[in-house]
Amino acid sequence: MKLEETNNQFQEQNLPPHDDNVMDEEETEAVSPWRDGWKQLRKNRLAIIGFAIILFFILVAIFAPLFTSYSYDQQNLADRLHPPSKEYLLGADHLGRDIFTRIAYGARVSLQVGFFAVTGALVFGSLLGILAGYFGRWIDMLISRIFDIMLAFPSILLAIAIVAILGPSLENALLAIAVVNIPIFGRLVRSRVISLREEEFIMAAKAQGMKSGRVILHHILPNSVAPIIVQATLSFGTAILEAAALGFLGLGAQPPTPEWGQMLADSREFIQLAPWTMLAPGLSIMLVVLGFNLIGDGLRDALDPRMKN
Amino acid sequence: MFAYVMRRLLMLIPVLFGMTLITFSIVHLIPGNPAKVILGEGAPAQAIADLEERMGLNEPLYVQYGNYIMGLLQGDLGTSLKSKGEIAQEIWPHLAATMELTFFAMLFAVIIGVNAGIISAWKQNSWFDFLAMVFALIGVSMPVFWLALMEQWIFAQELGWLPAYGRQDSRDPIAEITGFYVLDSLIHLDFERTITILKHLVLPSIALGTIPMAIIARMTRSSMLEVMKSDYIRTVRAKGGGQFLVIYKHALKNATIPVLTVIGLQTGVLLGGAILTETIFSWPGIGRYVYEAISFRDYPVIQSGILVIAFMFVIINLIVDILYKKIDPRIKY
Repeated sequence: MKLEETNNQFQEQNLPPHDDNVMDEEETEAVSPWRDGWKQLRKNRLAIIGFAIILFFILVAIFAPLFTSYSYDQQNLADRLHPPSKEYLLGADHLGRDIFTRIAYGARVSLQVGFFAVTGALVFGSLLGILAGYFGRWIDMLISRIFDIMLAFPSILLAIAIVAILGPSLENALLAIAVVNIPIFGRLVRSRVISLREEEFIMAAKAQGMKSGRVILHHILPNSVAPIIVQATLSFGTAILEAAALGFLGLGAQPPTPEWGQMLADSREFIQLAPWTMLAPGLSIMLVVLGFNLIGDGLRDALDPRMKN
Repeated sequence: MFAYVMRRLLMLIPVLFGMTLITFSIVHLIPGNPAKVILGEGAPAQAIADLEERMGLNEPLYVQYGNYIMGLLQGDLGTSLKSKGEIAQEIWPHLAATMELTFFAMLFAVIIGVNAGIISAWKQNSWFDFLAMVFALIGVSMPVFWLALMEQWIFAQELGWLPAYGRQDSRDPIAEITGFYVLDSLIHLDFERTITILKHLVLPSIALGTIPMAIIARMTRSSMLEVMKSDYIRTVRAKGGGQFLVIYKHALKNATIPVLTVIGLQTGVLLGGAILTETIFSWPGIGRYVYEAISFRDYPVIQSGILVIAFMFVIINLIVDILYKKIDPRIKY
């Protein structure tokens, strides 16, 4: 206690001349929850491993052409099912294509699918969740029932149904994955909005004559960001997994696009002859999903004030 | 309790109704003329007209939907375009195959997952805890289809311990009674066959059950850790209850609720994951039935298959909700 007091005095003495423009927050030692969260996160070793994994794959995806002299659809039929070697780091597939190259370019496909699917789901899910939570009544009834119904289907099944309607392609798989993830974000945002709606600061804002749009934009959304970020990170992994599953079933990316799920499907016939054709794509999917799960878990712990010790 | 079950059943009606709307739309959202898409480009006009007639696509939408619902209420799931058979009859053996597989996958997931979670919580921060949680983290991120392929490669191809395909020895098929082969073989008192059938179940069950197992283990651990801190556990300890008694008799019961939620939710994931697992292991279940229908553009089968799986998922979640109340009478609705 005493030490703290002296500390405070010490700090006061060292303060620059008081400037009226400086916000109060800087004077009192208020730590923003974000900075606090970041501090917590940095201490979480598993989350750091997660970050490292994802960073690795992002770099591989961006710089894919620098790592390899092959193109992802370059066939060397003489080297069909070539085992891992100096020329083919991870071996060659059934058409003599370099697996390492295809994995690197496949990282682009998977990360892009994950990014766009999650962004789409996040935007539309949040919009619907806000509408339902903020305005309540029949809008809430309608939107919530639609979410219930969508969640009544196992997600991969609903995605398969959508692709069955639209026809198999990477774009349609992406769209399907975005759609099946909408209710997950929608429900999350809706419950946040409902619990915030009754808070005093929201009522105060309303009493000041703020319009709904401003209340939502300035008060409700900023207070809902933390759980949305956590969910988005976890969904990123799931989306990649779902895209790979659709690719594996032949409902996602079409040849010669180097997609990890589809590469696994190709390797099926050669399990005995060339097990390396299935090791790399599977391991890549697993690592990326693991990476996002680790970050997501870490973020959840870091941003949840109850988890503070 | 009765009132609660009735209310839950009533709440199911709009959900089921919405589910039929979605499956109904599958055919109607196909871009372009559905009959043309089903038959493929260049199909003769007469064939397209015939198919439209047969599927009732000429009627106004509300009449088509009305007919669809009336059919469903009478247990009519439509006719397969490929086999020309009644789907309601065709689907049953597939459904039984999937249910058997799901049951064993869940059994594996629950037994291993719950116990691993308990021991992890009991020996918190031990090497077992660390290893179990690392495995659980990897398990959660594992693509089912990759795990399935690895199992086939290692345990079927390389080691030759277990069969990689199918439900039974295809040269010597079982005389079906219920469609659940383990049960059927027991009824026949043919125990040698039971073992063969169980052997066929091992690899697909593990592939399908791994993700739920990992999630259940993590959930059980955190839920147990929380319960173990509570006052009543200290009381049991003070009375001289041994560790085993404390954990399995007193703590587990209160730790079960969140675990049960996960089990309910994961069963849905299992049913979805079954499409992948069944495709890889040539398991003649409903997932494979739907998957094959997709490649043949057999839309009635796709519609009904998806509806049946979603229906099972909804019913399982209903049962889980009712079980909550049974386990924890404090829960009020």
